[in-house]
Amino acid sequence: MKQDIILAGVGGQGILSIAFVIDNAALKEGLIFKQVEVHGMAQRGGAVQSHLRLSRDQIHSDLIPKGAADMILSVEPLESLRYFDYLSPEGIVVTSRSPFVNIPDYPDIEKVLSQIQNVKNKVIVDSMRLAQEAGSTRAQNMVMLGAASNHLILNKDNLMEYIRVLFRPRGEKLVEMNLKAFELGRAAAADGSSPLDRS
Amino acid sequence: MKDEILLGDEAVALGAIHAGLSGAYSYPGTPASEIMEFLIRKSEGGKNFIASWSVNEKVAYEEALGVSFAGKRAMVSMKHVGLNVAADPFINSAITGANGGLVVVVADDPGMHSSQNEQDSRFYAQFAQIFCFEPSNHQEAYDMIRESFDISEELGVPVMVRLVTRLSHSRSRVQPRPPRKQNTLHYGIGKEWTLLPVNARRQFKLLLEKQKELVELSDRSGFNSLDLSRKNTALGVIASGIAYNYVLENYEDEAERPSILKLSTYPVPETLISELVQHVDSVLVVEEGYPFIEKNLRGILGFKEKTVLGKLDGHLPMTGELSPEIVRQALAMESRDKLYLNDFKIAARPPQLCAGCPHADSYKALNKALESYSQSNVFSDIGCYTLGALPPYNAIHSCVCMGASIGMAKGGAEAGIFPSVAVIGDSTFAHSGITPLLSAAEAQTNMTVIILDNSIVAMTGGQPTFASGEGLIKIVEGLGVKTDHIRIIEPLPKNLEKNVRIFKEEFDYKGLSVIVASRECIQEVRKKKRRESR
Repeated sequence: MKQDIILAGVGGQGILSIAFVIDNAALKEGLIFKQVEVHGMAQRGGAVQSHLRLSRDQIHSDLIPKGAADMILSVEPLESLRYFDYLSPEGIVVTSRSPFVNIPDYPDIEKVLSQIQNVKNKVIVDSMRLAQEAGSTRAQNMVMLGAASNHLILNKDNLMEYIRVLFRPRGEKLVEMNLKAFELGRAAAADGSSPLDRS
Repeated sequence: MKDEILLGDEAVALGAIHAGLSGAYSYPGTPASEIMEFLIRKSEGGKNFIASWSVNEKVAYEEALGVSFAGKRAMVSMKHVGLNVAADPFINSAITGANGGLVVVVADDPGMHSSQNEQDSRFYAQFAQIFCFEPSNHQEAYDMIRESFDISEELGVPVMVRLVTRLSHSRSRVQPRPPRKQNTLHYGIGKEWTLLPVNARRQFKLLLEKQKELVELSDRSGFNSLDLSRKNTALGVIASGIAYNYVLENYEDEAERPSILKLSTYPVPETLISELVQHVDSVLVVEEGYPFIEKNLRGILGFKEKTVLGKLDGHLPMTGELSPEIVRQALAMESRDKLYLNDFKIAARPPQLCAGCPHADSYKALNKALESYSQSNVFSDIGCYTLGALPPYNAIHSCVCMGASIGMAKGGAEAGIFPSVAVIGDSTFAHSGITPLLSAAEAQTNMTVIILDNSIVAMTGGQPTFASGEGLIKIVEGLGVKTDHIRIIEPLPKNLEKNVRIFKEEFDYKGLSVIVASRECIQEVRKKKRRESR
């Protein structure tokens, strides 16, 4: 059993918080994992990604080979496309449909979404609306983690446990909001006939 | 002991703590910063051991050297280019030798994720003639540190541990070992540590005599492994560090693997290499960084009747970092099926200054002030403000190494550039800007130095600075800059016109001016607010 995930987004969107929750849940479930992240200059307001590999058996490379990722989990639609060549043709894209526009040449959002639609397996979620519903646009990362949770090889309760661990130092209100964001994302992704083809 | 989730950098740090570390020193630099951040968190304010940021890497190295002189275990960590700054004490510490274990951890940045070059620190280890480890995973990073201290104390030489970005910034599980005690104080012997020629000649000879032992140590090391395939004698692979993982990643069936030498120690294990080469017809060398092992292997005469494949013959790229698919190609395997975006062009999203960043306001004022001059040049330095090279600012024309802005502005001014402007951050100024400013003050060069004082080391994640606010101004005064031409501005949109005027006044002054643009890093302001609101 293994799962290779590319986490994607824009610096500041909380990619590493998603990674923290998955890493710790994986450790609890006795899985081996490796997770590469981006620090330093490459991080400031730019495209950020993390390679996250989970497995029962030994993992060799820290980086996921191109064409081998089981999932692209992105908090931003354009960013989900940036790493398309990492996805296995059988893999799934779980992405937000809410653009983060901080560049002058951001493409037409409909064109971005139609590219994602071309993939066989995808879950596209309105993370902005759901995060607002949960209480803050900053919770889009947890919305997306929730949306991906149906397809992760990890137990939902363990994910939620580490959302609590992550946000507890910032107060109970933030814990509750992020758990709600997670649940809303999970429900939005699961809602409908085919969980693999929702938009 | 319980397993821990650690970055490669943190595995190094924990390894050092458990190996009985007494003193650790560093200067922030990606991808090495997290080593010291972890140590500082675990030192509990110096109660357990000393863990401290230094003003630059040279000072950090010398502080570690002092700990080693005192018989205690010392570690100094830095990014690859930091070792250029520390090269003087580094090379000479191989001559003095170590008393307490001395380990230098250097994080290389192949692919230049956050650096100005991709120099390979293994050449430094070879240059200094010391032992060097290169871990391939987190557990090795943790374990190698203890062994580094042991070798350093046993042979009386410093030991290097070479990391690369993808290990430094990868997170995985580490199984710790029981910690051991620190050394007690026992002074170094004066004549070994006083490098007068009479002593240095003797010490250097001692170092040379140890070389054979270092190679034997390398051949014996449990971190190296040679797996000879009975089935496949056509190809053998030598792979070091994380490149070894990329090779294994491409063989799902272990039985299909070629003969592989996993190489983790330097000087290179000569016997192991010979055994592999004798077993196969051609050897592929896969290593992150420069073709270091490959050059050792080829030499001038090389292995007769054997083919060596690697970076030098273009089999693997000379630049950039390796990846599983690059190595796959070198192994002559077909690439995996993957998805393609037909004609859709993905807009780049480069790093940029944060919204509300004080540097943005400084650059806006600087650009506007320079509009009045037909020609000008802005020599910049290393920090967040280097992003001023990108649109929409396009404000700077150079970035070379820590502190270079001031020296280059002086040289540029003396060659005829006007206005000749240097832009440098507060921490970079403390690191390497003080001595060139002293030089410029002595010469009263017609140039303007802008110190962007955001009171933090921002680019690497908010480490403390050594020169900010009042203290910074006092240093500038003390260096001999005329008080009338030390100006302080607050880079804010509302001050734009005023700041433009001050810039122009100082450009027009025929002599040395220093303008300090003082406003706290916006990320730090936010962090403080968050802390207060809790």
